[in-house]
Amino acid sequence: MQLTVWTYEGPPHVGALRIAASMKGVHYVLHAPQGDTYADLLFTMIERRRTRPPVTYTTFQARDLGKDTAELFKEACREAVERFKPQAILVGASCTAELIQDDPGGLAKALGLDVPVVPLELPSYQRKENWGAAETFYRLVRGFAGGREKPEKEEGAPASCNILGPTALGFRNRDDIVEVKKLLTSLGVDINVVAPLDASPLDLTRLPAADFNVVLYPEIAETAATWLKREFGQPIVRTVPIGVTATREFIREVAELAGIDPTEALDTDADRLSWYARSVDSNYLTGKRVFIYGDATHALAAARIAEEELGFKVCGLGTYSFNFARDITAAARHYGVEPVISDDHLDVEEAIVEAHPELVLGTQMERNTAKRLRIPCAVISAPVHVQDFPARYAPQMGFEGANVIFDSWVHPLMMGLEEHLLGMFREDFEFHDDTGASHLAAVNAAHGSGGQGVAARAEQSAFEAAAAEQTPDTIDSPDGTAARWTTEAEKELKKIPFFVRGKARRNTERFADETGVNVITIETLYDAKAHFAR
Amino acid sequence: MSRPASQTILSNTAAPCDAPAGGRQPILHQRGQHEVFCGLTSIIWLHRKMQDAFFLIVGSRTCAHLMQSAAGVMIFAEPRFATAIIEERDLSGMADLHDELDAVVARLLKRRPDIRMLVLVGSCPSEVIKLDLSRAAERLNREHAPDRRVIAYSGSGIETTFTQGEDSFLATLVEECPAAEADAAPSLVVAGSLADVVEDQFSRIFQALGIDNVAFLPTRRSDRLPAIGPNTRFLLAQPFLNEASKMLERRGATHIPALFPLGEEGTTAWLKAASDAFGVDPARFAAVTAPGRERARKALESYAETLSGKRIFFFPDSQLEPALARFLSREAGMGLTEVGSPYLHRRHLAAELDLLPEDVVLSEGQDVERQIDRCHEADPDLIVCGLGLANPFEAKGYATKWSIELVFTPIQGYEQAGDLAELFARPLRRRAALKVEV
Ligand code: SF4
Ligand code: SF4
Repeated sequence: MQLTVWTYEGPPHVGALRIAASMKGVHYVLHAPQGDTYADLLFTMIERRRTRPPVTYTTFQARDLGKDTAELFKEACREAVERFKPQAILVGASCTAELIQDDPGGLAKALGLDVPVVPLELPSYQRKENWGAAETFYRLVRGFAGGREKPEKEEGAPASCNILGPTALGFRNRDDIVEVKKLLTSLGVDINVVAPLDASPLDLTRLPAADFNVVLYPEIAETAATWLKREFGQPIVRTVPIGVTATREFIREVAELAGIDPTEALDTDADRLSWYARSVDSNYLTGKRVFIYGDATHALAAARIAEEELGFKVCGLGTYSFNFARDITAAARHYGVEPVISDDHLDVEEAIVEAHPELVLGTQMERNTAKRLRIPCAVISAPVHVQDFPARYAPQMGFEGANVIFDSWVHPLMMGLEEHLLGMFREDFEFHDDTGASHLAAVNAAHGSGGQGVAARAEQSAFEAAAAEQTPDTIDSPDGTAARWTTEAEKELKKIPFFVRGKARRNTERFADETGVNVITIETLYDAKAHFAR
Repeated sequence: MSRPASQTILSNTAAPCDAPAGGRQPILHQRGQHEVFCGLTSIIWLHRKMQDAFFLIVGSRTCAHLMQSAAGVMIFAEPRFATAIIEERDLSGMADLHDELDAVVARLLKRRPDIRMLVLVGSCPSEVIKLDLSRAAERLNREHAPDRRVIAYSGSGIETTFTQGEDSFLATLVEECPAAEADAAPSLVVAGSLADVVEDQFSRIFQALGIDNVAFLPTRRSDRLPAIGPNTRFLLAQPFLNEASKMLERRGATHIPALFPLGEEGTTAWLKAASDAFGVDPARFAAVTAPGRERARKALESYAETLSGKRIFFFPDSQLEPALARFLSREAGMGLTEVGSPYLHRRHLAAELDLLPEDVVLSEGQDVERQIDRCHEADPDLIVCGLGLANPFEAKGYATKWSIELVFTPIQGYEQAGDLAELFARPLRRRAALKVEV
């Protein structure tokens, strides 16, 4: 048993649901207890879809268990096919139905329905959402593209590719495909099929016609793309074009496969990130410590952008995508940090506290953690909430995606001049450490250092207080060590801006340990500062 | 086509319970796909109501994901609930489920020393594998009582629909209540969680009426449970408390039948029932309630224009639907098309149903596709439904009121009568205000 408050991923059948909801002409009959229909609101609310997801749930109840739940399932299949007339149905079980072992696949096949049936085996007690999505997509691709011949290519026809991976509920998938299509079109590459988003089973039968596959979201499409490569020899474009450098590499990789000269596509004025990051007002971003966590694809891309394009320092890197743990571990090694491979949000929180970042790039959960720790934060990966399905065009991929990233990552940070003034004048009554960036009014209100905040804190339960202990205050004074500091040194420490104070404290204590100093004075503080200066 | 799953049985008034008499239409009993929440969702308000309790769901990743999807985004501070997710090794017998649970509980209690009552909540997976949580609670109690009580109930989807989770919890809580002596002073228990502000308003009214031995269930703290015995009378503040009522009766308490305290009429009838049961002088009752009644009527006036004559359709969700329909039709002048409820407990609803117009379609249970068909046919002005249906209906040009808000908003009592009407008026006003086409 695993104790869980928040989960990064839903169960695997939610992944399958995302595939069904992404596609056209697919209906999913899900053997599930009454109540599991909550998943509908992921689509109707978070993504604000106008239609119900194409799912029929059997919603069995306790009184059905004594009777024939298999019969219930069969009837649900028949009715769904009759009512929705899909091109194909997916059939499967949720975690509870898995326990009663009705074999949805076998039952549906035995019904002799006049539509193709794709049975799903999704082990709910071992696997999770993204795996469920990848497996479902793979089953569909195999089912509809399998057993076909790769069509003969017409003489002189332009190179063509499939775009694989975008789904319903995917972080910024809607706009990413627009951006990637733009890139490919500018290169002169034809887009054969985009899947699963907006594709039909019929479209899947056309997959083999493409020359190669662009995998935008490996978590979803890697399995299917690997199979397509084996079956039809379609090479895979593996560079995910998030960030300027990655986008440029992506263009080169595609151009190489398509036998096209990329020069023109690379000569673009669409990229503003490179110049913005070069502009002197970005100077103060240099070496800002950033903690990165998310699905592997977005975390890897973010780490590279942070270090190579914005001049940040990656102080933590992690993922909940266990399947891609190796990539994250390698990247973490490259940046000289310990990888965090965990789906326990408490582990992640602990790692954040430990790393003393000045910026957190994470998921909805890290947004909550960072808010509590009062660290600036931007969301870079699912799971996300309704705010991250914006109305405006907001891709992460391509050059425009890099522009969006520049704005959204820098926004939560304090402006340069503000930061300088804080370092110089420490006793301003309204403009001080704890208020955070002055343009983030909401944050100020929520954590106002005035009486309100104190009252709110007094109301916290012991546990919440314990959690609150991990706020910058404790980053300041971890237990047991505070006594070693003289009052003067402690005061001097407070003069260091809050976002680097935790690190200064740690460095000083480490320096004291290493040099055998027992009581930390102002001298020790500055000795340590000189010692660690680079 | 007849099938066990979605058969629509038209049963007339010959239902086993005291079904409405007279010319009422037969009640539609429906089976089929239910587009509803399971009882786990009631933890979202219960964990806020009872401040020293922690709700530990024993379930699957689905249960954790449900809680997160339904609540996670709205709750920023770490909530007082969590899920012990059953894993493959628990099922394959590689791990002893009870040992695993004990370990999870130990870890949790260490992390949350402030917990006084630990509530183990059963889910579909735990019920299907027949994990006996009551036994687990007993065992854990031996270890942790009296500092911490451990109790168990089921919020699974196979057994409970949405608010029934609270019913199931309260039934268990009533078992925990101390026994009142046979000669104890008469007392009143108000069952069903209410917003704190509403609870306080009712407390003041009961006091003014001279009914002073009053307790609200669930209590705000787990160690302040009221004593229950033969001199206890109980009033239901919520219509979904079938099991809890039975348990209260088993403990010797007597039910005071009444309308539910929604709107001016409902609140007055509800308070009157209690007053009569406690022998309050009618003149005193009239004097105490007059100001509230007046305020409620006045507040309602401003919504009459928006609501009156509009036709409303209720999808089943919380069992509040019949009482809400009664309020909207009698105090806001709305027309009723279909009133759906996951369950129609005739006994507790008798008074409510009597006040509904005879031509309204009452439905119990659900077959969602067919109900959507009926809704299109009825073509109402306002649809009350869950979040899975609301936006799709809006996209088709219907105004909707998402139903979950009705359990997350203070709506009972005189002072909230206007707010309650507002919840239904708002979507209609908004529709009128927006000049953009969709
Ligand atoms: S209790 Fe049942 S219906 Fe509710 S989330 Fe868990 S599995 Fe689904
Ligand atoms: S309330 Fe219960 S017993 Fe009465 S008619 Fe409905 S289902 Fe049957």
